[in-house]
Amino acid sequence: MSANHQLLAAGLDLAYGERQIVSALDLAVPPGKLTVIVGANACGKSTVLRGLARLLAPSRGAVYLDGKPIHQMPTREVATVLGVLPQSPIAPEAISVTDLVGRGRYPHQGWFRRWTPDDDKAVAEALAATDTSELADRPVDELSGGQRQRVWIAMALAQETDLLLLDEPTTYLDINHQVEVLDLLTDLVRHRGRTVVVVLHDLNLACRYADHIVAMKSGKIVAEGQPVEVMTEKVVADVFGMTSRIVVDPVSNTPMVVPIGRHHTIAQAAPV
Amino acid sequence: MAVRQAAANRRRAVAVGLCVALALAFAFAMYLGDYPVAVPAIVQSLLSPLTGLTDRGVDFIVLQVRLPRAVLAMLSGASFALAGITFQTLLRNPLASPDIIGIAHGASAAAVFCIIVLGWSGLAVSFGAFGGAVITALAIYLLAWRNGITAFRVVLIGIGMAAMLAAIISYLFTRARLNEVQQAMAWLVGSLNASRPGDSFVLGGAMLVLVPLMVALLRGLDAMELGDDTAKSLGARVETTRLGLMLVAVGFAAFATAAVGPVGFVAFVSGPLARTLLRGAGRGFVHAALVGALVMLVSDLLAQHLLPAVQLPVGVVTGACGALFLLWLLMAQGRSGQVN
Repeated sequence: MSANHQLLAAGLDLAYGERQIVSALDLAVPPGKLTVIVGANACGKSTVLRGLARLLAPSRGAVYLDGKPIHQMPTREVATVLGVLPQSPIAPEAISVTDLVGRGRYPHQGWFRRWTPDDDKAVAEALAATDTSELADRPVDELSGGQRQRVWIAMALAQETDLLLLDEPTTYLDINHQVEVLDLLTDLVRHRGRTVVVVLHDLNLACRYADHIVAMKSGKIVAEGQPVEVMTEKVVADVFGMTSRIVVDPVSNTPMVVPIGRHHTIAQAAPV
Repeated sequence: MAVRQAAANRRRAVAVGLCVALALAFAFAMYLGDYPVAVPAIVQSLLSPLTGLTDRGVDFIVLQVRLPRAVLAMLSGASFALAGITFQTLLRNPLASPDIIGIAHGASAAAVFCIIVLGWSGLAVSFGAFGGAVITALAIYLLAWRNGITAFRVVLIGIGMAAMLAAIISYLFTRARLNEVQQAMAWLVGSLNASRPGDSFVLGGAMLVLVPLMVALLRGLDAMELGDDTAKSLGARVETTRLGLMLVAVGFAAFATAAVGPVGFVAFVSGPLARTLLRGAGRGFVHAALVGALVMLVSDLLAQHLLPAVQLPVGVVTGACGALFLLWLLMAQGRSGQVN
């Protein structure tokens, strides 16, 4: 599978009722890359993701998938190219892991095309990729938060789309599971040529894993590009209203944000 | 895959078990009665349209009395069950069945109005009840609409609507004459005692239209069970599917209520019972329909034969059993800490 699908937002306004969240946003998602959207709470990053995923209709502007306005395309057609994992998906009561992951095959099925060996294969691969094969028989209700999150990602993977958008997939996960999920997404990008867009809270993981990072504030993009260009003390101050020091991540050589609060600073810090 | 196969086996086993139970109940419905008929005579009578062997006395009992009643019980039970499980699944709440969220009350209020104020009876009352159910469902949908439908709002508005309609029914009773009250009460409890063969034809015809529509819409429910956002991103047309399924479910509830009255709790218990039997092996719409048919048929047998020389309305039996089930459900949910 190759990443030849283009996702683009142009002059995008998004609103919930009267409340405008995102205004005049332009964003071209780089194909075959891992893009991370960061920003303070309520800056509109999840809203942008919902807009890109055609879950929220724009009040002005448009999102284009391969040059066509996404909101005017048949939703089934979009679903074979673009997969989304929303922030809080709902698992039906007593559903098994296999059954839940199998629901990701929905857009590939139709009136006359029922379950096929291809579907079995896609589900098995998705389970293997997320390291959840041994959970296959278990009811989703009984899983831990981390296991459940991986199963949901497996559901999105089973959809087998070139583009994958995930809204805070690492929330509620331990640090080791956070790293696992981001490693998995990196594998998808590097080895399978997928295009992935993720909303993340953790700036340091964002800087480490992003090929392309987008920093948002009040519904607008403040800066975007490679983490090393984007993540400066000035941008952090602007986006999060917080002073910080940027150091080099000793593991990945990427920028690492060290926050400066009112307490626990070395009294006479050497002037920078 | 093994899991998928095991689930399919379980679905089949439960369906076969329910069919066997239904066949047994049907056999009893043909056999039991004030007028004793021997088994071979019943079989001969049931087969008489094919064989041409007739016996006027037996044929009247079997083909004109017992068979229409049993068929109507099964059809209406299945219809109530399908209406119930559709609402319960769409709104993700076992309390959200049409006999709890006011749709049955709408049918009742309209029927009581027709009987007491307009002085109607028979089929006309059924038409009134049908209209009442549809109008109430539309009113609930419109009142609950705010940039989309949330289950919680539908349940709350439905329960409010049910209370209001109950008040209207009470008010109508205070203005009525005693014989009208009696007629209206009989309708309200729900009964197969006055069933006519025509009722089965109307309900059966409606089901012939509604069942294919439901099958067509059910595929979307696979995705919608995962929440609206996930369903949309999987390519399901969420609002269309939801509105369509609700209309079909209201159709089932309205036609069944028009035929047998607002028989309580069948819509409410069938879905959860079917799912308990399936233990997560499927959504259980077919199984719920079988459970509904079985519950209705067995309840009607109990209503007819439990007390010697007294024919209870079937609604009394389903009401008593259903209330116990509701208590059990609330207690089971209380234990597991789920509110809805």
